[in-house]
Amino acid sequence: MNTATAKVVRSRLALSRDVMQAFYRLLAVVLLCAMLATLSDVFLTANNILNVLRQTALLFLMASGLTLVILTAGLDLSVGANVGLSACLAASVIKVTGSASLGMATGIGCGAMIGLANGVLVTALRIPSFIATYGMMWMLTGVTYYYMAGETIHGFPPAFRQLGSGYLLGVPMPVYVMVLFLLIGALFAQRTIWGQQIYAIGANPVAARLSGVPVERRLVLVYTVSGAMAGLASLIILARINSAQGDIGEELTLPAIAAILVGGTSLFGGFGTVAGTLIGALFLTLVLNGMNLLQINSSWQPLVTGLIILLAVWIDTRTRRIGE
Amino acid sequence: MLVVLCAVFGTTSPGFATSANIANILTQSTILLLLALPMTVIIMTEGLDLSIGAVLTFASIVLAITVVTTGSPMLAFLAALAVGLCFGLGNGVLIAAFDIPPFITTLGTLGIAQGLSLVVTDGQSVVGIPRSIENIYSGTAAGIPLPIIIAALAYSVTHALLYHTRFGTYVFALGGNREALKVAGISVRGMLIRVYVFGGLMAGFAALLMTARLNSAHPTAGIGMEFDAIASIAVGGTSFERGNGWLLGTLLGVIAVGVLRNGLNLLAVPSSAQVACIGALVIIALFIDGLRAER
Repeated sequence: MNTATAKVVRSRLALSRDVMQAFYRLLAVVLLCAMLATLSDVFLTANNILNVLRQTALLFLMASGLTLVILTAGLDLSVGANVGLSACLAASVIKVTGSASLGMATGIGCGAMIGLANGVLVTALRIPSFIATYGMMWMLTGVTYYYMAGETIHGFPPAFRQLGSGYLLGVPMPVYVMVLFLLIGALFAQRTIWGQQIYAIGANPVAARLSGVPVERRLVLVYTVSGAMAGLASLIILARINSAQGDIGEELTLPAIAAILVGGTSLFGGFGTVAGTLIGALFLTLVLNGMNLLQINSSWQPLVTGLIILLAVWIDTRTRRIGE
Repeated sequence: MLVVLCAVFGTTSPGFATSANIANILTQSTILLLLALPMTVIIMTEGLDLSIGAVLTFASIVLAITVVTTGSPMLAFLAALAVGLCFGLGNGVLIAAFDIPPFITTLGTLGIAQGLSLVVTDGQSVVGIPRSIENIYSGTAAGIPLPIIIAALAYSVTHALLYHTRFGTYVFALGGNREALKVAGISVRGMLIRVYVFGGLMAGFAALLMTARLNSAHPTAGIGMEFDAIASIAVGGTSFERGNGWLLGTLLGVIAVGVLRNGLNLLAVPSSAQVACIGALVIIALFIDGLRAER
């Protein structure tokens, strides 16, 4: 079989697999909802549903940029720590200058700079991505704690707080941001040349390079986007909880990775969608929200997230093996 | 690098070059060494164990709870080893039999071990450790602190395993030439499982020392230890991609990280900034490693 035919066959397979995967995952979400609705009478209240949507939006924003990184077969373990530092810097700027837009620029800018640094470490210094971003994670955590010195910054202007806790037509603001970035992300990944190049890098970096994809530049791009999205997510958290502390992003990395894997993006690169990550983020949020509603101690959350990650990767490896 | 660090702190801090402080650094580095040794072996197989700090924590908690409830240090130590064994086996089976990449497997088990620690203790410290356990860290034999003797033993055993047994030869092959190992009819899966079990067991040993040192067990005590271990290995010159390791380098790396932490402590640098410094150290070390690889 020549390569062109192989490619066509593969894309057909990918399409059917895509549809089936989305179907299974939506089914899981529906089942989970049904289960929670029977177990808890609070679950179906408007208040809780809006809360779930807001949480989903937050997780999705963090995870959407990270999805692009994982599509290239990379990993960014620093997103949680990135949220922490970006949030704290943005909070300081808002406090000092009183300007929300300046603070927002700081948050997103800081996130993007961290992402850029990750990209440089991975491409120019050729450090494996999980090690480079793991080192970055600890460095950022250290810097954030040092900078905050145990302090809390709180009380932001109401206009800024709208971003996290405001409503438009009865729907929380973060949900609009989520939908906006879902559209941008999906269009970018599926309909632009850069997006297709990202898939190509993940599927086979050597082949991508040989067919003229500027691999290094695209990698730097995805890490920067991932960082910028973490910066954006940090603003939404900041606006919602109205305070910044050193540990603000600490427990977000594992759920974000879990959401992506549950959403069907392969850890081995080249396969997955941004829309899938939204389903995954919804699933993860429902699990964590459900545990809260059922009054399960929050200490169980890292344990459950860890189990979900292992299960999702195991399914991923199995489907890959069948695919081959 | 170690020499540079020593020189810098020797000149900037008067308390650094005293013999008491040097003994202090060595004793404090022993727990880290117990984690870094198996981590070196794991990284040589092109693997990684991010869960080792969380497993250490959980083993320490189980040890403390067992000794407090039963009063038997031996039983408690065995319980800690059993925890290490279970997690090591779990990691190994997931990686070898289910083909899940090591860093994601151990990221998942990190979450599990951390969660278990929090659930079991409800976020509180476990206190009331008997003196018999405490003495393991503070005691001496023939004038040498016990932890140093334990660490020296652990180093010798790992060295012997790696350089003088068939197991060691296979470990080198796992990282360097996995196909050859398969062709030679060696079970790659069995080898990988053994490597991760070794990591878990050493975390169990380290839990004994850590509990003895802190005289308590706390659900966040060992968090981030895996990072110090990885940092030591990176500084020690073991490569993360090509599977060639250097055990003596790890020993030096552990001491370098110990010196760095100690020196920064003496200069009254807060521990948060220390973490940032170690992060920078890792990236510099990996950068140098990358340069060497290109040559």
